[in-house]
Formats: sequence, structure tokens, C-alpha cells
Amino acid sequence: MLQIALWKRVLIWSVCALGLLLALPNAFYPRVEAYNDATASIEAGFSGNGLEEQAAMWPSVLPSSLVNLGLDLRGGAHLLAEVQVEDVYETRIKSLWPDVRNLLREERATVGTIRLQPSDPTELRVKISKPEAIQQAVTIVRSLAQPVVSLTGAGSTDLVVSAEDDTIVVTLSEAEKLATDERTVQQSLEIIRRRIDEVGTREPTIQRQGADRILIQVPGIGSASELKAIIGTTAQLTFNPVVGRASDANAPAGAGNEVVPSLDEEGVYYILESAHVVSGEELVDAQPSFDQNGRPAVSFRFNPSGARAFGDYTADNIGSPFAIVLDSEVISAPVIQSHIPGGSGIITGNFSVEESTNLAVLLRAGALPAGLEFLEERTIGPELGQDSIEAGRIACLVAFGAVLIFMFLSYGTFGVFANIALIINVGLIFGLLSLIGATLTLPGIAGIVLTIGMAVDANVLVFERIKEELKSKKGVARAIDLGYEKALSAIIDANITTFITAVILFAMGSGPVRGFAITLGAGIMTSVFTAIFVTRLMVVIWYERRRPKTLEV
Amino acid sequence: MRLRLVPKETAWDFFGKTKISIGFSSILIVASIAFFLIQGLNFGIDFRGGTTIRTESAQTVVVGDYRDAIAPLGLGDVSITEVFDPTFEEDQNVTMIRIQAQEGQESVTVDVVDSVNAALLQVAPDITFVSVESVGPKVSGELIQTAVIAVLLAIGAVLIYIWLRFEWQFAVGAVAALVHDVILTIGIFSVLQIKFDLAIIAALLTIVGYSLNDTVVVFDRVRENLRRYKKRDLQEVLNLSINETLSRTVMTSVTTLLALLALFVLGGDVIRGFVFAMIWGVIVGTYSSVFVASTALLKLGVKRDWSKPDNNSGNQFANVDA
Repeated sequence: MLQIALWKRVLIWSVCALGLLLALPNAFYPRVEAYNDATASIEAGFSGNGLEEQAAMWPSVLPSSLVNLGLDLRGGAHLLAEVQVEDVYETRIKSLWPDVRNLLREERATVGTIRLQPSDPTELRVKISKPEAIQQAVTIVRSLAQPVVSLTGAGSTDLVVSAEDDTIVVTLSEAEKLATDERTVQQSLEIIRRRIDEVGTREPTIQRQGADRILIQVPGIGSASELKAIIGTTAQLTFNPVVGRASDANAPAGAGNEVVPSLDEEGVYYILESAHVVSGEELVDAQPSFDQNGRPAVSFRFNPSGARAFGDYTADNIGSPFAIVLDSEVISAPVIQSHIPGGSGIITGNFSVEESTNLAVLLRAGALPAGLEFLEERTIGPELGQDSIEAGRIACLVAFGAVLIFMFLSYGTFGVFANIALIINVGLIFGLLSLIGATLTLPGIAGIVLTIGMAVDANVLVFERIKEELKSKKGVARAIDLGYEKALSAIIDANITTFITAVILFAMGSGPVRGFAITLGAGIMTSVFTAIFVTRLMVVIWYERRRPKTLEV
Repeated sequence: MRLRLVPKETAWDFFGKTKISIGFSSILIVASIAFFLIQGLNFGIDFRGGTTIRTESAQTVVVGDYRDAIAPLGLGDVSITEVFDPTFEEDQNVTMIRIQAQEGQESVTVDVVDSVNAALLQVAPDITFVSVESVGPKVSGELIQTAVIAVLLAIGAVLIYIWLRFEWQFAVGAVAALVHDVILTIGIFSVLQIKFDLAIIAALLTIVGYSLNDTVVVFDRVRENLRRYKKRDLQEVLNLSINETLSRTVMTSVTTLLALLALFVLGGDVIRGFVFAMIWGVIVGTYSSVFVASTALLKLGVKRDWSKPDNNSGNQFANVDA
């Protein structure tokens, strides 16, 4: 019958109040946003610049989470990058050569002389002069292999060493490739995050997608190209021994060597040993500074193992040139003047102050282990976003008004109940979205408008049902009761099916589609709640006060 | 005096002329498929790959001048369209420039955007690029695939849900209505050549949801009435159920359409295609839940009396939901 226990009434109103309270900050968006930014800065240890004033603009007892605005509403840049995981295989294979050479040299008596053969960059081919000792040579090289550290690769080693007549072929094992891919993507993710944080924009989204993709969304940045400039540079720093100089890119380099152009001297190429002595990964610090001539430079410091390698090499090669290579270009190739112990040094080149600062940032944040290919990029200007919000807001209000009037005209008093429920409903949607930190996009606004239209459906179902029950000459109380009871299964079935599509949209979709799925799903949950609890409670309260003998719905 | 869209009592015969409704739907479906095959869809860059640039300028746009400025850059197929919208300001002249995916590149390079910008600045000195979007061919292929899978999954999931909650005939009826709606929506996109992008997939799935919502409400009443009127024949019960739920069907469709129309008129040009798809879907979905889903149910028949042996035993429908 038409009775609802007190505790249930309290619970229903509390849920509504809580939802509306959570939605409240969105009504004061710019103010709450300034408050949030200010409190975050204060917590991070900053003060002054009116921060305290901004922090006082919103009472701290009230909730302060907001619905995130998507890039299409706020403006900003979106990039989808694919990590070229294969790059790392080549680096790994390349860096194996000195170790293989040293090991085999010790066994020169049995295996004879060794020569590096030109090959595909994903494999290392070493020819020995005594083919009969090939098995021994393979065993020696195999001793370099390490067990793979990963769950799926347990029990296998990282290198596959085989023999082809008189040639040893070394490649990475499948398990090692998988483990490397995983590490490469994780590392890239971390480095991209650090680089973007250094630039200091608000709330960037940096997410892994699928096996080898990274999604980067930065609100408020001017263009995707800017973003690409920050994250797209590999900043792979290495120090390589110089074999010679050449004047053209196709100069014969010999196995194990490569030809690298000079950064600032047109037409100058260096022939370098491919295997580097130290790499940027062993850097612990990099700072912009000036060289003895007062020109901008970058000073750096290595970790202990890097420092040792650097120290040993400079001690053994005084008088030979030594190339500093950044992203496959020689920045400079100074001649080693003396032994450099302690692992610190300075990179000079033709830098501007800005370039040296940028380079220091890139080196400090670390090198991307592999190149990135950008599969998708979007820049949305802030004005366009503002226009969209404005248009969306007006459309929402008009839609809202039209539905409210229409419901009142159609159902009178009951229409008013449905309308109050609808207002609560929209509040709850915003409350729910703020609570879960969902992102509101343009299609998301469309989702809300659609929900405004569809939210009354459950009420309409109930009201129409009550009408029908009234036709069969039932009492008012009985008709209301039966109306709610009998409409329930239709409401549940209809909304679950829509909810299923919302879930699938969320799971399969990306970006704006996801935003739409979230608002649609949230809208379904809140509209079912308001229809079967809130309006019902209002109808019951109304009935208790009025006790009408007849009813027109 | 209350607003009434549907008379208080209706006893319209929805199945007297099933031939007309089936014929009507069939013609539309065939026409949709034909248009899709002949004319195809106007795929946006999400599905085709390439770059779109949205420009804004205070000067009136002369598309020819823009084209002449960009042509020397040799970017292949470039389409330039001026965008008109009632929500624009007087001095807001918007164009969409679409550049095909460039050979050997996944997304647009900085140079391409810069060179297009430089070229256009010659024609319109105050031109700004309010948005630049670029999707590489690798991703666009995957997006199509995911979209198709999403629509099929949604239809499949719903089929299973309704089959579990009702009986298989209802599920088939509902899915027939769904497929009908999806095909017709793709058809209208092909006829009007509205840009078909990722957001439209969201619209398609919403239509799936909305159409179902409607269909399920009707079916729910059919199920109830089947229990109540054990002796009446199926056509009568279906007719009664549709009549009983008709005012609700119309009310809900009207409120939803009211909201969508507001968005269509005032929501700006960026989402107009998307909203159009939903409006079309609501209209088609309402029609299909009455005519397509119920007609399918009528043709399939429903097992009424569980005490008697199955009418279907021995034919191809035997044990289908055993």
C-alpha cells in the first residue's frame, strides 16, 4: 500500500541532497577551478600571488570536485603515439658487439680471427676464421645470455645464438622481445609524463592504450605541434669513439661503424663506432651552463658506472676525438685532452641559451627509449571549445524548459512531480559525474540532453499505468499503488537494455564516444532512481496530505 | 484541460494492413542498402584518415581563392567547404578544409599545417585555425573495425537479454526492429551525405538503445496481456497491447524529440550531424517498435499454453528454447 517507512524517506532525500551537493561546485565552475588550483599550489609549497585569496573563494567544507571538461570543450591537444618498440631491439643488438668481441678475442687460439658482418639491424653476425670451432664459439657467446625476467618469459634466456657455417648469429629471443616491449612502453610513458610535468600544464591525461600505444591529452596547450616538440624529441645522448671524418653520407664506414652527420657543420660527417661508450641513460643530472668562452653549454654528471666507463675511456684515448651524439647527429667531437675522472663534463656546441635549457630539460627527463610515431593528433582551439559549451548550455536549458512545460501540460500536478524529479535527476547526473571524475565532452552534453528527454519515460510509464488502473474503477490509492507496481518490470527491462548499450559504448569507444557513454549510463541510473523512488515519495506525501477521492492524472 | 496527443481510448488496428507496413519498410531498407552501395557514406577523417582544419576569419570566404592558395602545395585531394550556422556571429566565417592522408605519414606533420596556414594568410590575413585534427590510416582502419564490432556486440547482448527475460520470438522481433533502424539510419546518412564519423557510431548505438526501450515496453505489455487473455488470438492481444501503450510511446517520443530539437537548432554545427542521427533514430525507432517488432512477433507466433504439447515440435523451431 501507499506507505513508505520513515527511514526510507530519510534515505531517499539524503541521496538526493548528497547528489545535489556534489553537483553544486559545477554551478560555480571558474571559481571552484581557481580554488582547486590554488589549494594544490599551496599544498605543493607555493604562496603569494593572491593564492590565499583564491583559496578563500570557496568554502573548504563543501565538495570541490568538478566534472572534467573534455578537450573539445576546453581546447587543447590530443596525441595518440605508437612506440616504435623495434628500435630497442637494434640498440640492444648493437651494444652487444663489444662484449662479443672481447669474449671471442680471449679465445683467439681456438676460434681464429673474428669479423663483424654487415647484417639486418635486428641481428648480429660474426664471422670467425676457423669454421671447425664454430660450436665452441657459439657456446662462448651463449654465456652472455641472461635469464628473462618476466612472468610469461620465465625459464627462457634473452639471446638466441646459432651458427651458420662459419658465422655466429645472435638475435633476441621472443620472450625477451615481449619483455623488452613492455619495458619500453612503460619507460616511454614515464618519460613523457616527466617531460610534460616539467612544462607544467594542468591535468594532462597520459594513458597507455593497447600493447604499444600512448594517449596524451593536454588541455590548454596551443597546438599538437607544440606538444609534439616537447615529447617527440628522443634526446638519445651517446658518446661514441670517432673512427674518422668524411664529406658525404654514403662514405664506406666498415662493419660496426656508422656515418653520422654533424649538427652544425653543413656537409661534415663523422664515422663513428656504433657501440657507444656511455649513453644518456647513465646521466644523473644535466644543467644549462656556459663554457670557458662564455657560450651556452650543458653540463652533466654520470652515475658511478657511467663515470667509470667515461673515466676509463678518456684515460686510454688521450689525443683522440670523442663524439657527443644527440639523436643521430654529432653535437661536437672534441679531442680528449686529459683523463676525465669523476664522471662530469660539459657539452658544447652552437647552442642558444634557450636551446641549451631545452636540451638540459630533455636530458634530465631521460631519453625516450624508442621513437614515437603519431597516429592521431587533434588540436581544438579554446574559442571553439567555449562556443561549444555556450551552445550546449543554451540547448540544455531550452530542452529542459520545453520538457518541463510539456510534462506540466500533459499531467498537471503529477507532471510537476515528474518535473521536480527531472531537476533532481540532472543534478544527480552532474553529482555522479563529478564524483567519479568523468570527463564531459560535446557528445556527452548531447547524452545529457537525450537523458532529459528520456528521463521522463519512466514517469510517463507509471502515470499512464495509473490512468489505466483508474479506468477500471479502482480507488485512488489502489490505482497509484498498482500503477507503480505494474510499471516496474517495463521500466527495469527498458532501462537495462539501454544500459547494456551504454556499457558496450564505454568499453569499445574512445574519446568523445566514451564521454557520451558515461553521461548516458549515469543518466539511466539516476533517472530510474528518481522515477521509482523520488516521484513515488512525492506522490505518497501528496496523497497523505490531500486524501483525494478522485484523481485526474 | 490536459494536453492530449493520443485519444483517451484507442482501438486502432495496427495489423489489418501488415502488407503495407512490411512493404513500406522493405522499400526503405532496399533503398537504404542501394544508396549505401552506390553512393557510399561520407566518411569523416576518423574512418578515412587524413586531416581536417577548421578555419575562422572575419572576411567572407571565397572558397575558390582558398583552393587556389592551397593547390600549389601539392597535398593531393583537398576539399574546402564553407560552414554556415545560425549560431555564428556576423563576422565569423568558418570553413572546413579536408586534406587526404599523405603518403608514408601517419599523422599530419607540422610543416604541412604551417604551409597551409602561410598560404591562406595570403588570402585572408586574419585567418585562424580553430581546430586541426589528423588521423592516420592505421588508426582509421581500426576505428571502423571497432565501430562495427561495437554495434554487433550491442545487438547481440540485447538479443540475449531479451531472450532470457522473454522468449526467443520476442528477441528476434526486437532485433529485427533494431537492424531495421540501423540500416535506415545508415541509409539516410548515405542519401544526405552527412559526415559519418566516430560520434555517429555513438548515435547509432543510442538509437539501438532507444528503439529497444520502446520495443521492450510494448513487449512487456504483450507478455502481461498474453497471461491475462489466454483465449484471445495473438493478433488481438498485440493490437490491444500497442493501443494500451500508445499514449506512453507517443509521450516519450515527443519529450525526447523536444529535447533533441533544441540541441539540433541551438547546439552548434559541430554536433548537428550527430543530433540529426538521433532525431531520425527516435522517429524510426518509434515506428519500428510498433510496426516491425510486433509484426515480426506476430509472424513468428508465441507459444501460449505450456500444458499442451509444443505446436512447433517436429519442425525447424523445435527445442529452440529448450
